[in-house]
Amino acid sequence: MDIFIQQLINGLTTGSVYAVVALGYTMVYGVIQLINFAHGEVVMIGAMVAFSVIVSLAGSGLPPLAIVACGIIAAIPSCMIIGYFLERVAYRPLRHAPRLAPLITAIGMSIILQHLALLVWGRNPIAFPQIIDNPSFAIGGASITGVQIAIILLCFAMMAALTWFVFRTKFGIAIRATAEDVRVAGLMGINANAVIAATFVIGAALGAIAGVMFGTYYGIVHYTMGFILGLKAFCAAVLGGIGNIAGAMVGGILLGLVEAMATGYIGEITDLCRWPGGGTSFLVERCADGGNFVLFGSNYQDVFAFLVLILVLVFRPSGLLGERVAERA
Amino acid sequence: MSATINEVLMEARGVGKRFGGVQALKDVSLTIRRNEIYGLIGPNGAGKTTFFNVLTGLYQRDDGDVLFEGNVLNLTSPHEVARVGIARTFQNIRLFGNMTAMENVMVGRHVRTHQNVIGAIFRTKAERAEEAAIRRRAEELLHYVGVADRAQDLAKNLSYGDQRRLEIARALATDPKLLALDEPAAGMNATETAGLRTLIEGVRADGLTVLLIEHDVKLVMGLCDRVAVLDYGQKIAEDVPAVVRANPKVIEAYIGTSTH
Repeated sequence: MDIFIQQLINGLTTGSVYAVVALGYTMVYGVIQLINFAHGEVVMIGAMVAFSVIVSLAGSGLPPLAIVACGIIAAIPSCMIIGYFLERVAYRPLRHAPRLAPLITAIGMSIILQHLALLVWGRNPIAFPQIIDNPSFAIGGASITGVQIAIILLCFAMMAALTWFVFRTKFGIAIRATAEDVRVAGLMGINANAVIAATFVIGAALGAIAGVMFGTYYGIVHYTMGFILGLKAFCAAVLGGIGNIAGAMVGGILLGLVEAMATGYIGEITDLCRWPGGGTSFLVERCADGGNFVLFGSNYQDVFAFLVLILVLVFRPSGLLGERVAERA
Repeated sequence: MSATINEVLMEARGVGKRFGGVQALKDVSLTIRRNEIYGLIGPNGAGKTTFFNVLTGLYQRDDGDVLFEGNVLNLTSPHEVARVGIARTFQNIRLFGNMTAMENVMVGRHVRTHQNVIGAIFRTKAERAEEAAIRRRAEELLHYVGVADRAQDLAKNLSYGDQRRLEIARALATDPKLLALDEPAAGMNATETAGLRTLIEGVRADGLTVLLIEHDVKLVMGLCDRVAVLDYGQKIAEDVPAVVRANPKVIEAYIGTSTH
């Protein structure tokens, strides 16, 4: 049972980060039906910028939380600028091109950003300096750390803020109108280019914070981290129904939980010693005295997100909360 | 025959539009005067909607000029159309279906406010005041067209007639000088059409100019001050309804003289 609770906590932590990154994918998709595959790289650069600042301030004697805050404050505008630049340079010129074209530039931008990061920060990971003592609290046989609590709270606060922004403010209404019908929104006086740029910039700002938290959680950042994080967040967005803001949040948290649970239990489930009727002499020998023979261990962690993606695409392509694609057309 | 410049709100001079080899509009010239209800009729495929789309900047014209308040319109993006003071509805209703009726009208106010993301995020006092004003105006407009009781319903759940009215409210929210309606009575029953007629007359009484494309010839003839008739992409008549109705070319276009 304590494994269950522990994995619930771990899954909620990574899941809330996935959810915030997934918002960046889903908002852009909602407005211009483009998968911005470079979003994961934007998140990575946010984390790299923040860690550079944090490392350089580590010896300054400032309080640790202030140092982390400085890192985040540096990361947000950097990512917003990159988000804007991406849209302006890589996607806007291709707005009316066949849909494959912006997809290819998205992948191209992703590679360019990754290699820029390699040039700037080198190939070694940056470790989070030991400035925060990370207290942990016991909950029903499991433990939750201060960083985990902070990540979960901050992610939920961001999701609440974005929901409020999109559903309650007039700029949010403009974003939703543009998502439904660009031309009519234009005739109502909404500058579609401004709205589209804003979705990129907002998504990038959220991604920057998510990147810092992800890096803080694992203790290191690296120039390739955006790839797998981005892909998983993309899976989360598809799981929830791409283009749907609530879907990205639900999908992200669900994906984090599925991943954590699967990782927590896969060793136990695929342990042949626990299976009935293990008769071969080799197994009997291995299993004696509480031994085990595990087929798949927790190193298969990354498989589950993509397994979920495949299942969703086969059985419910529009996602959990998405409308049927036919209804949109 | 000559109208002084300040009476004319919109003028088309020799407007032409081609789609590939098809000449959809050819040398169409007409003038819409301030505060009149101007009808545009013609048989199916005559080019009414094409002309409408050229006027409202959805299509780029190939020849000629469109003048609005004496200035040549060179619209490069749709949001500029709203800014100069032209608002339109669509033959096939194009509301934001997944937004409430209220939100649909609020979208229309967007052009007359200062859109500012920073202000929206930090909730400046000016921002809050502006949003309150937008809501008030949207409520007024919903009352005006008579769908106030459906304000919080999603637009896609409104009845057909209410959707048409809501689309007019949304267009009016942009504070247009010219309200362009593309077949607003299409699919309406007699009661709904009568209500629509009252609404259009009210809009004109409030000082706006109305351009009306309509299949319902009875509605056009009863409502419009002047009517232009398009046939095969060309204007064949433009005058007060009584004169247009008696024009042999118009009769020919509608009834036809040869088999097809």
